[in-house]
Amino acid sequence: MSALGDGTRRAIFELLADGPQPVGAIADHLPVSRPAVSQHLKVLKEAGLVIDRKRGTRRLYEVDPEGVAALRAYFEQFWNRNLSAFKRAVEQTPEEDP
Amino acid sequence: MTNQIATTAVQTSIVVDTPVERAFTVFTDDIGSWWTPEHHLLQGELAKMVFEPRVGGHIYDVGTDGSESRWARVLAYEPPTRIVFSWDISLQWQIETDPARTSEVEVRFVADGPNRTRVELEHRHLERHGEGWEAMRDAVASPDGWTVGLHRFADRVAS
Repeated sequence: MSALGDGTRRAIFELLADGPQPVGAIADHLPVSRPAVSQHLKVLKEAGLVIDRKRGTRRLYEVDPEGVAALRAYFEQFWNRNLSAFKRAVEQTPEEDP
Repeated sequence: MTNQIATTAVQTSIVVDTPVERAFTVFTDDIGSWWTPEHHLLQGELAKMVFEPRVGGHIYDVGTDGSESRWARVLAYEPPTRIVFSWDISLQWQIETDPARTSEVEVRFVADGPNRTRVELEHRHLERHGEGWEAMRDAVASPDGWTVGLHRFADRVAS
């Protein structure tokens, strides 16, 4: 069973993609009780999708930045490489008037 | 929210010495002429790539054996300035059939004089792919992350 196979967990995950949130704020955004949110967060944490950090007296949940950073790095390289290839192709043959 | 753009999207751009119309045509109609050929999900060898020039169309790869791999849906098609397509490839390098788990790519073609075009690309909603980050992180964190990623792609293609 995948951690994001559940609609509520997916909604929580996408909410956290907007920025770190405490449990209470997540519960306010969704039609789910606070204990239920905590339970879902636990599953997301175990799946390595979400991490929590203590900030002062609050505990904030956020999308695992290490995971996103790797994804971004990968696609950044992918697109830079692909766009360079595009540039070579598009500049190779001079414009022809039909 | 700018925060979201910073964390779950990738932006890049390139300037090409060609008119905007031609940049758009080569990017779409001639996609097979420049797209990194290793990047396809077919079992066999790639014969051609097709970009269907309409909203609701697909970008797909065709193998020499006739098999097809539809890996993107065209979400916006506005020649010669803008296209948006979905990225229907999971982090396990398989076709993702659930649209809620796909990211999207927007490409803008901005004329910078009669013979120069700035191509701006944004690949966003990467968080929708969800699981699979661990493998991706390990691949990118290795000394030659990109090559490892390519090899994984090649392995997938060969398997």
